[in-house]
Amino acid sequence: MNVLETMSLAVRSLLRSKMRSFLTALGIIIGVGAVIAMVAIGDGARASVQKVFDAMGTNMLIVMSGSTNSGGARGGFGSQPTLTWDDLEAIRTQLPSVRAAAPEMRTNTQVFSEDQNWTTSVTGTTPDYFGVRGWSIATGRRFNEADVEAGAKVAVIGQTVVEKLYGAGFDPVGQVIRIKKTPFTIIGMTARKGQSPMGQDYDDSILVPATTFQRQLQSQSLGKYITGVLNVQADANAGTAKAQQDVTALLRERHRLAEDAPNDFDVRDLSELANSRQQSTETLSLLLASIAAVSLVVGGIGIMNIMLVSVTERTREIGVRVAVGARPRDILAQFLIEALTLALLGGLIGAAVGLGVARFLASQFQWPLLVRPDVIFIALGFSALVGVGFGLYPARKASQLDPIDALRYE
Amino acid sequence: MNGQLQQMPLIALRGVSKIYQTGDVEVAALRNVDFHVEPGDFVAIMGSSGSGKSTLMNILGCLDRPTSGQYFLDGQDVSRLDRNGLAIVRNRTLGFVFQSFNLLARTSALENVELPMLYAGVPARERKRRAREALERVGLGARLEHHPRQLSGGQQQRVAIARALVSQPRVILADEPTGNLDSRTSIEVMALFQELRHEGITLVLVTHEPDIASHAGRVVVVRDGRIISDKRQQPVPAEIPPLEEAVS
Repeated sequence: MNVLETMSLAVRSLLRSKMRSFLTALGIIIGVGAVIAMVAIGDGARASVQKVFDAMGTNMLIVMSGSTNSGGARGGFGSQPTLTWDDLEAIRTQLPSVRAAAPEMRTNTQVFSEDQNWTTSVTGTTPDYFGVRGWSIATGRRFNEADVEAGAKVAVIGQTVVEKLYGAGFDPVGQVIRIKKTPFTIIGMTARKGQSPMGQDYDDSILVPATTFQRQLQSQSLGKYITGVLNVQADANAGTAKAQQDVTALLRERHRLAEDAPNDFDVRDLSELANSRQQSTETLSLLLASIAAVSLVVGGIGIMNIMLVSVTERTREIGVRVAVGARPRDILAQFLIEALTLALLGGLIGAAVGLGVARFLASQFQWPLLVRPDVIFIALGFSALVGVGFGLYPARKASQLDPIDALRYE
Repeated sequence: MNGQLQQMPLIALRGVSKIYQTGDVEVAALRNVDFHVEPGDFVAIMGSSGSGKSTLMNILGCLDRPTSGQYFLDGQDVSRLDRNGLAIVRNRTLGFVFQSFNLLARTSALENVELPMLYAGVPARERKRRAREALERVGLGARLEHHPRQLSGGQQQRVAIARALVSQPRVILADEPTGNLDSRTSIEVMALFQELRHEGITLVLVTHEPDIASHAGRVVVVRDGRIISDKRQQPVPAEIPPLEEAVS
């Protein structure tokens, strides 16, 4: 008797009692459904967290200048400019563990369109900034090295600012705004990024070239010093820890600090924050997966239970089969395949249910719907394993029945 | 059939004993039985309950193995075969008919008859064809798709006989085949057996009713685990009512 025939035999005997088969498979249905829904939920949640941190910039380090110390009163980080444009250039070009670096000089000021005004954050920076911070352009273009070189009066503007000055949906490219009385031509609008993990609106900002910022928007220029922080993006392969080390070593050398002297700057690793968030979602996924695994095992025990009942109920059938020439292994195969079929059908129905739940939740929470085919296959494989594992004992029991007792069984 | 094999007994028990262990007590169900059946014989085994006739039948049917002694079936010593070996012998050489029919419930007559061929590895198409032929042979050609519950007792037993016939066995073993049937259908079934016997099939039948045994060509009586009488007789022909109006 070949496998296909045994399978059709198993399916037929399952179909003879549909309701019972369904209830038996229910444990597996719930288990697999839970696995797939939960993994999809975990992935969706992770992706939405990831999106928030991607908006902040990936593999980010922030370098801040040192603190003042006048008459014992110590200022905070950044109060004493110690980072120079040459430092920035050195970090940018000399360290293989650094992919890009850009200054971030910021001021809050009022900006004017022809008939509106709005107070927002204006940042002076270089073209690297777009990459480091993960800004993309919705319309127009970003400013380039030539604009920075020339100190061009151009601005790239966030969508919240556009809304406030011109109204939603307006294409601001080519418009002129005044920032501290200087007219700037808008050359681009950034794509929407939303909120930072701390609730700031990323889109409520204007980016201008660093040189223009220094010349037009700063009351006093500090010459070779950068009056702000550096955003450094670590090379993804090297990792932020290595980049942090390299940047620290480079700056200490450039600032000629003695070995025991403290740093006159501070390098902060923002990816740690992202990682801790990431870890918490991973812990959540693991928790959900273990709950799902438990329900699969419980489902398996359900199958074993019903298979045992079924073997007892069908003792006479087994006796007849053995009498007409079924070998113990034929009986074993029949019941094993029945258990396997139950578990696999349960798994398939469960997968469908899980996908439905995942889709529903994704639409409710506006997560991306992420369904990993590998998870479906693993879940189905696991339910098959459960079927075979828990079907083995009842099937063995059936195959070991004495035909004489089985035929006489009432 | 193989002419050479017809020279020797189809069934030969030599010094067969069966001892059951019940707690500390040993019960001998069969004691040193010698028994032969020639090809084409129609043997009725009689005996009261507890005589050992069921044990004898189980051993003949390769459902059980003797404690001691030898059993040659169709020239092969089957007394020491393992479960797989016995299963193959039951499948190829023997056909069973039981008192309580033992058909699979919620399964059509056709599928019931196909069952032995399923384990013999006969291809599906041939299985269907032979099962249909066997059912036509026992007069149930019009009831192929009926389930056991939709058939009368006599019809169910005829499905069981078709199942026993379908793999063309050397011997059909019938254990009280008329025990659950009324006298009219009993005679129908016995008539069918007599027909099969005329076609050269060897039949061994267990019964406790002398009426039924009278249709056989040889009657063996078992008591206390021994054969106490073994006589040939002129079989009484079963008066055959027309098969088609057999529905009660």
